[in-house]
Amino acid sequence: MSSTDISINKDVHHAHEEHDHHHDQNFFEKYIFSQDHKVIGKQFLFMGIFWAFIGGFLSILFRLQLGWPDATFTFLEPILGGWVANGKIDPEFYLAMVTMHGTIMVFFVLTAGLSGTFSNFLIPLQIGARDMASGFMNMLSFWFFFLASIVMFISLFLETGPAGGGWTIYPPLSALPQAIKGSAGGMTMWLVSMALFIVSQLLGGVNYITTVINLRTKGMSMTKLPLTIWAFFLTAILGLLSFPVLFSAALLLIFDRSFGTSFYLSDIYIGGEALAHTGGSPILFQHLFWFLGHPEVYIVILPTFGIVSEVIATNARKPIFGYRAMIGSLLGISLLSFVVWAHHMFVTGMNPFLGSVFMFLTLIIAVPSAVKVFNWLATLWRGNIRFTTAMLFAVAFVSLFISGGLTGIILGNSSLDIQLHDTYFVIAHFHLVMGAAAFFGMFTGVYHWFPKMFGRMLDEKLGAVHFWMTFVSVYLVFMPMHYLGIAGFPRRYYSWSTFEAFNVFADMNSFISIAAIMGFSAQFIFLFNFIYSIFRGRRASANPWHSNTLEWTTPPLPGHGNWPGEIPAVYRWPYDYSKPGSVEDYIPQTVPFSQTQSSNLPNERDQE
Amino acid sequence: MSTSTTLEAPNTGTWDGGNEPLKASYGKLMMWFFLLSDAFTFGAFLIVYGLSRHKHLPYTGEPDAFTFSTEWWPIPEKVFNAFPGFHGVDLPLAFVALMTMILILSSVTMVLAVEAGHRMDKNDVQKWLLWTILFGAIFLGCQAWEWAHFITGDETGMLMADGTRIFGANLTMNQYGPPLFADLFFFITGFHGTHVFSGVILLLMIFINTVNGVYHKRGHYEMVEKVGLYWHFVDLVWVFVFTFFYLI
Repeated sequence: MSSTDISINKDVHHAHEEHDHHHDQNFFEKYIFSQDHKVIGKQFLFMGIFWAFIGGFLSILFRLQLGWPDATFTFLEPILGGWVANGKIDPEFYLAMVTMHGTIMVFFVLTAGLSGTFSNFLIPLQIGARDMASGFMNMLSFWFFFLASIVMFISLFLETGPAGGGWTIYPPLSALPQAIKGSAGGMTMWLVSMALFIVSQLLGGVNYITTVINLRTKGMSMTKLPLTIWAFFLTAILGLLSFPVLFSAALLLIFDRSFGTSFYLSDIYIGGEALAHTGGSPILFQHLFWFLGHPEVYIVILPTFGIVSEVIATNARKPIFGYRAMIGSLLGISLLSFVVWAHHMFVTGMNPFLGSVFMFLTLIIAVPSAVKVFNWLATLWRGNIRFTTAMLFAVAFVSLFISGGLTGIILGNSSLDIQLHDTYFVIAHFHLVMGAAAFFGMFTGVYHWFPKMFGRMLDEKLGAVHFWMTFVSVYLVFMPMHYLGIAGFPRRYYSWSTFEAFNVFADMNSFISIAAIMGFSAQFIFLFNFIYSIFRGRRASANPWHSNTLEWTTPPLPGHGNWPGEIPAVYRWPYDYSKPGSVEDYIPQTVPFSQTQSSNLPNERDQE
Repeated sequence: MSTSTTLEAPNTGTWDGGNEPLKASYGKLMMWFFLLSDAFTFGAFLIVYGLSRHKHLPYTGEPDAFTFSTEWWPIPEKVFNAFPGFHGVDLPLAFVALMTMILILSSVTMVLAVEAGHRMDKNDVQKWLLWTILFGAIFLGCQAWEWAHFITGDETGMLMADGTRIFGANLTMNQYGPPLFADLFFFITGFHGTHVFSGVILLLMIFINTVNGVYHKRGHYEMVEKVGLYWHFVDLVWVFVFTFFYLI
């Protein structure tokens, strides 16, 4: 399996190619309108962090209201202005806050901030490419996201407030500007912003997919890809197929709102007066929305599956358990994510038989999810675990995913959902399984790849403090919510103290709010650590975690084109950790089998 | 690998990296994936059409006795039976059949342009692109007439419950049947028309590039091929739109 002449020719060719990459760039080309995937990834990360703090801050505001419903918050008047009258938060603004919290967290942080950061940063580095397939489209992707962000941000400051119909913007509420303040200008801007956001996702998505298909380095077959790449690849496909349907739904809603059509509207009376709309169906919108909405939750969680698999294998110093099963379960989850959307609609009056079909399909998702969890646990089992901050977050991710996933099995039952629908049980479920878990996956990624992003290390001690405060408060916030939910405590209620049945939960609600404030405060530790370490952190070596994947064969701060010399070729899978017979406890993908004869397995001998 | 002195070469199978496994450049792959995505957009709209139509009652009487009413979904042949210059003559679906023919013809000329590109025949590429642009523009013109006629309506109009008559259609009322019929017609054919319009703009751009010899200098006419993919997709979508609105 060796040939002399071929590799010599290639060397010459690549040396030439490298020359083209070194041309001087001015500040704008380098940092603002950059076409370099690493800079674009960081731009997405900074925007994601910015939005995460806004989204988190909104949740603290409405947690204040929920924790102390009868208190007066005069101290909020300087921040919220007219939205606080006599110390009471305006009820319509409360609805706008929960809407924006959901929208910001789901789309702007955990979709753009997560996929945008790590797909951009890691795909070319881990598959061995100089950059994305189209750097220009990649840049456009960020700037469309930036435009969407500006529109959404401005809508926060409208006099009628931002969108207020819930992040799912169900019509008729969202379609009728006269219904609530949150359906006026804020809703229009929400729709415009999301249309721009979908364009950004599309531009990014086709780029990720084609890059993975066409730009893998020599030897990097699909079964030698790190699981991160598989996860990003499938996430991009999910986004590509589901976001256009949201686009369709949003366009039709724009027509209903602004041009008098009746796609979603029929037989509505407002203030005793009949509206002209006739013939439409609001349930239709729910079908279209959840056809996006359900894959969307996997768009949020799949990238973190990849990140966590990678970090757990690296820091347990063990090969990932069941590599192919991990790919298979990713594929299975992706496929199933398109056929379960109606489990969000069990109580809309749909045919109970249809409900049981969707229930059946929904419960099947537990199988690939359980495969993943078992594989993570089996990877950790008897590993030489190094508890870096990234590893702490990765292990906690598995914990959160189990806790949140188990309640998913309960909620997936169409009959149980009648009781639990729109209660805090649902809130607890999805915040654990896709909210907190995805955030933990994102932190895992940031702590693990920070050295490659900025050439410096994050402080591990501050990281540990950040981790424990976040981890403890996440459970303190969401565990009690299960009890509230089972008791029937409804979500999206501004004031519950007038209901006799819920008054007994006053202390529990205050407790949750205190825990939420603690969790939010902990994020400032992260913010400090992040910003401080960019400038003053300990300098990182090229491969600080002794990891196998290709990005660690680049210099500590890879330049334009990623590898100064030729792009390395790949000979083995990325998980050769602690291989018996090997000198080191890791063998990078770039090491041929001929150099590791002492550790080769019988089936690898013929590749020597 | 700079550190290794080995002569071992990595695997070189179809999916082993370092090549284009689907034998397509990244640009062409991107176009394919974009079209897949766009197919879902149109798919959603056509499903909206199907469900909305299913919600309304069909007309059950004799076809000859058919009248426009908001009670039932109209029979397409009775709505789209006009032809420019043949006022008052009942020519069901004649005009839309002509439009469809023109669009399909433009697909044929597009194929010829792509084929000429493979031969690096600049003159033929120009010629066939120009024909494609022409047919595309004629289709848009036909659609404008079709819309104008649909909006204006005919002399009979529809008798409303309060005794007034309405003529033609817009987004809130419709002489041919339920308002949703007109909403969907305007929205879906409009969305498709926007795609055709973008296609014509793209074709004009690559036509100018071809005339300037950009692709000839580049050594290949792949851009013509990519725009061709888009153009065929738009044609294919029309076949579905046509089936949904006019045939069933």
